[in-house]
Amino acid sequence: MSNLMSGARILLECLTRENVDVIFGYPGGVTLPLYDAMYDHAIRHVLVRHEENAAFAASGYARASGRVGVCCATSGPGATNLTTGLVDAMMDSIPVVAITGQVSSKLIGSDAFQEADTFGIMRPATKHNFLVKDVKDLAQTVHEAFYIASTGRPGPVLVDITKDVLQAMAHYTPVNEIHLPGYKVVMDGHAGQIRRAAQMIWEAERPFVYAGGGIIHAGAHDELRELVESVDCPAVCTLMGLGGLPGSHPNFVSMPGMHGSYAANMGMTECDLIIALGVRFDDRVTGRLSGFAPHAKVIHVDIDPAEIGKNRAADLPIVGDVKRVISKLTKLLKELEPELAAQNAAARKGWWQKVHGWQAEHPILPSFSPDEIKPQHLMYEINRISDGKAIVCSDVGQHQMWAAQFIRFDQPRHWINSGGLGSMGFGMPSAIGAQMANPEKLVFAIAGDGGFQMSLPELATLVNYDLPVKMIVMNNGYLGMVRQWQELFYNNRLSGVELTTFPNCELLAAAYGMKGRIVRTPEELPDALRDAVNSPGPYLLDVRVTSFENVYPMVPAGSAVNEMVLAPPQPVAVASK
Amino acid sequence: MLMTISLLMENKPGALMRVTGLLSQRGYNIESLTVARTLDPTLSRMTIMVDVDSKLRGQVIKQMNKLINVLQANDLTESPAVVRELVLLRVRSTMEHRTAILKEAEIFGARVVDSSVEGFALEVTGESERLEEFVSVMESYGEIDVTRSGAVAVSLEQKKLRLSPPVSKTGGVVEPVSAPAR
Ligand SMILES: Cc1ncc(C[n+]2csc(CCOP(=O)(O)OP(=O)(O)O)c2C)c(N)n1
Ligand SMILES: [Mg+2]
Repeated sequence: MSNLMSGARILLECLTRENVDVIFGYPGGVTLPLYDAMYDHAIRHVLVRHEENAAFAASGYARASGRVGVCCATSGPGATNLTTGLVDAMMDSIPVVAITGQVSSKLIGSDAFQEADTFGIMRPATKHNFLVKDVKDLAQTVHEAFYIASTGRPGPVLVDITKDVLQAMAHYTPVNEIHLPGYKVVMDGHAGQIRRAAQMIWEAERPFVYAGGGIIHAGAHDELRELVESVDCPAVCTLMGLGGLPGSHPNFVSMPGMHGSYAANMGMTECDLIIALGVRFDDRVTGRLSGFAPHAKVIHVDIDPAEIGKNRAADLPIVGDVKRVISKLTKLLKELEPELAAQNAAARKGWWQKVHGWQAEHPILPSFSPDEIKPQHLMYEINRISDGKAIVCSDVGQHQMWAAQFIRFDQPRHWINSGGLGSMGFGMPSAIGAQMANPEKLVFAIAGDGGFQMSLPELATLVNYDLPVKMIVMNNGYLGMVRQWQELFYNNRLSGVELTTFPNCELLAAAYGMKGRIVRTPEELPDALRDAVNSPGPYLLDVRVTSFENVYPMVPAGSAVNEMVLAPPQPVAVASK
Repeated sequence: MLMTISLLMENKPGALMRVTGLLSQRGYNIESLTVARTLDPTLSRMTIMVDVDSKLRGQVIKQMNKLINVLQANDLTESPAVVRELVLLRVRSTMEHRTAILKEAEIFGARVVDSSVEGFALEVTGESERLEEFVSVMESYGEIDVTRSGAVAVSLEQKKLRLSPPVSKTGGVVEPVSAPAR
């Protein structure tokens, strides 16, 4: 089969073959040929209001569905605007393919109008990137991009295509083979290592599962559950891994790390074996590395060999797909159970008692006030409505941590947040992607009054495509997370964190043609949330919460995780200038 | 500590930038870098000398192996390898020193590649330390201009080259490929 078509058309054919149903994008001069080809093509284009949000939306789509998210931008400013969204996808290992237009190949290097060195700029922002200057290479390159983005440790891949390539007429032959000799992906873990892991687990007295985003990416949630139940040990899921084990599961402790629970961090500190699954020992999880899990041996399973031993040495490294490795591991554990499980059963029972003791001693509880809405109260109410079922897309800040602490996730791909990069502005656009991928699902976007304003124009996109996202602003009047650090570590000298001007959200929503409401008192909160959820279409809720609440527990930077601060030492007054 | 890295990579635009970017992004200073294509013109061999904390050498190699364009990255710092460098040097000197210069050149195994009334151009290969000696000896005879190639290295160990086979678009391996020795 071979027929003559334009490069733009070939690109769309390739996207169709990759089962792409939606592109989040923003057009411009050099992508005109592509937009012309899209005019009568089945692939849907969602016009976001800023390219950064196209990348965030593609990422939200990918995070919520497990499929590759696609975004598209023009050359120069369009491409550079994608950068933050792609770095975000890189940090969280999210499969995104970005298509950018480039000036015509003859003009490259001439400082042509809207020329930027996209190829150079995106090198460190992506897992891999391409520049296509010949239409003959186009189809092969596009399929390679999807292959690289979605296999191994997933990540963003950018394909920069010159305008003349989009315009050129060429014979299209479907690509049937991809050959990347240097791209090595090890899927099956080493059988001997997995056997040794099974032995180590039964020999441990205080085993502890530390599961992360890799579980979600690999779709290993059922396998994780089976493993945890077979060993019957406590488990934590990182900020990226929430929902990997159901939040309602009796073995689930909480998220570990900087704002993790006492039990999670004490568990890490006291355990004698960490079973690390699709995690990278991030500094927000480990605190001061030298004080992290001092008594523990480490089994580390990851598909990326470079993660193993990067931050913490692994006593037993296993490179492989975490889904395959866990299912083999569980099988072996069951085989060895009759022989080995009994020897430390008593010790493991004692271990559980210890963990339960920590949980009882310092649970993470929401706080309420009769006349003001506490931020934790807001999350508590969202949790009640969600009941483990809604997709929650969070922005970055205090609200993100409270959402992670108080909203339960019983399924993977329901908690969507910018973990590694921590990019404010992520919440609303990622919800656009998540809702597009799941039209029937209830999707909340939660943002602070700071981050909300970073992607504010996307309210128009919500209305434009009638996406029933429930946008909830946790409005504390401050860049709360930074204010918290200034309070705790900079003598409460609040500098550049007060958000004195905030738009009236009822008027704002009306201006965009959607519903909106300001919520000021605890009494109206449950009703307001229910109204928002029950009313069709997008909804903007501005929830006024108390300003000076801090997120606890907190592991101060540079401390070991067992040196966490559990509650505010004393009420502190705002310093006056 | 200076680390010696040998890389086999695809001879493609941008491949070099990915490798050097990985080092510069970590603030490592590259002492020398040489690159040229191999017998197979679609591939290049690169030798890099770079200042890396010895604890992080393993991580650097793993990160390089992750690059799509890199077929194999090896750390030759402590493994059996031959490392050589080429120096091209011009020395200006008076007539009275010419014979002495040629004597010294012979001692260092240098070749004369140009000779004129002003002096000589010499070519010498060897280990970096020895070349430094040569350069300082020549400096004692007069004004010099030096160009060094940077180190090139070859491993003396047989390292198995594992390459990924082609995959079909519908999934699965197309055909088993045995790694050609290069
Ligand atoms: C793009 C970007 N800029 C700056 C920061 C630093 N930062 C982290 S949290 C935060 C405050 C966020 O304030 P807000 O959106 O109101 O959320 P809150 O913490 O009050 O819940 C800031 C400025 C960031 N994470 N991302
Ligand atoms: Mg705020």
